[in-house]
Amino acid sequence: MNNIPLEYYIALSGILFTIGTLGVILRRNAIIVFMSLEIMLNSVNLAFISFARYLGDTSGEIFVFFVMAVAAAESAIGLAIILALFRKKQTIYVDEVNVLKH
Amino acid sequence: MNIHLIAFIVLGILAIASAIGTIATKHPIYSAMSLIVHFFALSALYLTLQSPFVAVLQILVYAGAIMVLVVFVIMLLNLNEDEKQTIRIQSRNSFGIVLAAIFFIMIVTFIMSNPLNQPNSTNVYNLFTAQSLGSVLFTKDLVAFEIVGILLLSAIVGAIVMAKKKLIN
Amino acid sequence: MEIQVLFSLPLIIASFFAVFMPVFDAILKKNKQIIFLFTLLNFLLVIVADIFIFASPEFFTGVLKSGLENSDFGKFLSDAVSLGGYTSFFDLLFAIAGILTLFAAKDYLKKESYELKEFYSLVSFSFAGMLFIAHANNLLILFLGIELMSISFFVLSGFFRNNILSIEASLKYFILGAFATGFLIFGFAMLYGATGSLELKVIAQKISFNQVTPIYFALAIGLIFVGLAFKASTFPFHQWAPDVYTGAPTVVTGFMSTAGKTAAFAAFIVITKAIFLSNLVIDNATVNPPVIAITRNSREILAIIAALTMLVGNITALMQTNVKRMLAFSSVAHAGYILLGIVSNNSNGWSGIVFYAFAYVFMQIGAFVIVSLIEKENGSNLNLSDYNGLSKSHPFLSASMAIFMFSLVGLPPFAGFFGKYYLFLSVIQSGYLWLALVAVIASIISIYFYIGLIINMYFKEKEGEPLTVQCKTSGISIILSLIGVIFLGIFPSLLMNPLLNLFK
Repeated sequence: MNNIPLEYYIALSGILFTIGTLGVILRRNAIIVFMSLEIMLNSVNLAFISFARYLGDTSGEIFVFFVMAVAAAESAIGLAIILALFRKKQTIYVDEVNVLKH
Repeated sequence: MNIHLIAFIVLGILAIASAIGTIATKHPIYSAMSLIVHFFALSALYLTLQSPFVAVLQILVYAGAIMVLVVFVIMLLNLNEDEKQTIRIQSRNSFGIVLAAIFFIMIVTFIMSNPLNQPNSTNVYNLFTAQSLGSVLFTKDLVAFEIVGILLLSAIVGAIVMAKKKLIN
Repeated sequence: MEIQVLFSLPLIIASFFAVFMPVFDAILKKNKQIIFLFTLLNFLLVIVADIFIFASPEFFTGVLKSGLENSDFGKFLSDAVSLGGYTSFFDLLFAIAGILTLFAAKDYLKKESYELKEFYSLVSFSFAGMLFIAHANNLLILFLGIELMSISFFVLSGFFRNNILSIEASLKYFILGAFATGFLIFGFAMLYGATGSLELKVIAQKISFNQVTPIYFALAIGLIFVGLAFKASTFPFHQWAPDVYTGAPTVVTGFMSTAGKTAAFAAFIVITKAIFLSNLVIDNATVNPPVIAITRNSREILAIIAALTMLVGNITALMQTNVKRMLAFSSVAHAGYILLGIVSNNSNGWSGIVFYAFAYVFMQIGAFVIVSLIEKENGSNLNLSDYNGLSKSHPFLSASMAIFMFSLVGLPPFAGFFGKYYLFLSVIQSGYLWLALVAVIASIISIYFYIGLIINMYFKEKEGEPLTVQCKTSGISIILSLIGVIFLGIFPSLLMNPLLNLFK
């Protein structure tokens, strides 16, 4: 019935993971960096669900629930840190926050 | 060509395009909208993998909760100034691009060189219902479920510490 | 049933305190003293529970494992976490690090007028996370433990949130920490795909029977090591560590760079015990399936990473004038030393890691406590020249700082010497003589900056008025650290022999 090979899904998840990585490396806007991190986590979810479906095993799906919970927790923390930064410095650009290097 | 393959290709292209849109647009609010499209595309992909429950959760948790929070923060900070240049190619950035390209080629060639796998069983709908997943979650993975409670609590306390206005001793 | 409850007591106590600490906060509105005592009670109870575990006859025999399978509760518990054995030593280690940090934090937070009760909650959360990392028996628990610890650390490093340095440290740590988590769980996904299970026992079994998909397995090892290398701040991914460690509050830096790093290495041990074949299997292999080649190659790569980490950490530490930054770079180098134990991949290496971690907790937290005492508000007074003439004004502080520095270098009567000795020995025994030589060279380089600090304290004169130091409870953690450093230096076998037994 469903004859798409597993490798297609995993390759797609690899491509999405790379796009997320690129976003984290290239963008300087903290909120967009944060969204790129979400793309990375979602590509992991895709990989887990494809493996779970092709192995016929539930533990991969369960892992995805926990990744979602962790993503929610991380988003709360990350946005709170961005808020604290904005309040102090009026910027959210990672480039402009560079006191420590000197 | 069958209908499944066409659906996969269309959804895959949509997911990739919206992911690129997220990291390449100027204003964070466009990125956020693009990311919501990405989440919906992924949710549809989960349906092609016979996982309806996770597909619903994907929309509820990501598009419904996390993205609302992100959009709220964008509005709260009222960022109308665009980033000066969308993508600046500096030495470090080009290093990043090269690294990502190598990584990308590696993953795809690694995976594509494999003999293609077909699923172990054609139908896993019964395995991936909310009922069976719930029973696994509350028996085999009970300890993990308890830990995630502590984790969410720590996120609440942490977010309050970072975001509250006044320090109260 | 009784045995299971006894053996899981450290985890239960830590979770209980983590959950109820915010409640105590709310009930006891003004009373910081009691919150402090509650947190202390948390660590002390974990230590007491571990002493009971050490004393119980099941500890060294294998009775525990068979007893666990009998009840449903025991089965779920043993699927998720491993109890007893070497994990109890990790409990002890994290609890000691917590106690040392707690006493120092009381003085330090008061000085910086940031004495908020949430600090104690966050320390308890990260403590629970570390315990679950060390006890993990399942990739899921490992992931949640790492996240619980990291999320608490993101906030702790930004705890002085009116200070831009602290917020910047927090933001950097958050972005890179979440980035590393992405790599780590993508690796977990690949490992799941390669072996079809999330349980480390099953994974180890499949690998030893060569029932894995080699391509996914290779990708998994690479990605997991990238993620863990970020968390443990080893060579290509160490850039964040000095920035974060310098910007974070000093006591938090002490806690993160010792207990947090040890937890990352606990994760390393948990993973490599499962996915690396034992040395015996590799040496006696007649056929050459891909799994053996992958294990061999990844150990070679880890060896190179360890060598580079030690050299880069120590050489960059030479150029620093800020003491906190110098200690941060040297902590990168220490991650390199600890990685030697992972490269050697046998019981000597693993027990060497635990021993070194004990020594490292005492000497590094001790040094950071002294730095936190000398430091003035807003992160000033941290340069090497500020330590000039400290021996005249504060003989006790400078003497203990000198002892910690000697121990960090690895001079004989102190704990650091035996930590290095066991690790170097284990790596020579498993055939990496060149790596041991690099480690010795790196240690020799490190003498320069550690001893440089001592020279500043003892042989240079201070200009201007002498320093005033407020030292109340911090004195307790300095004395405890001194006792630990000297005790482990004189009686190393008291800790090393049980460790060797447990890892066998």
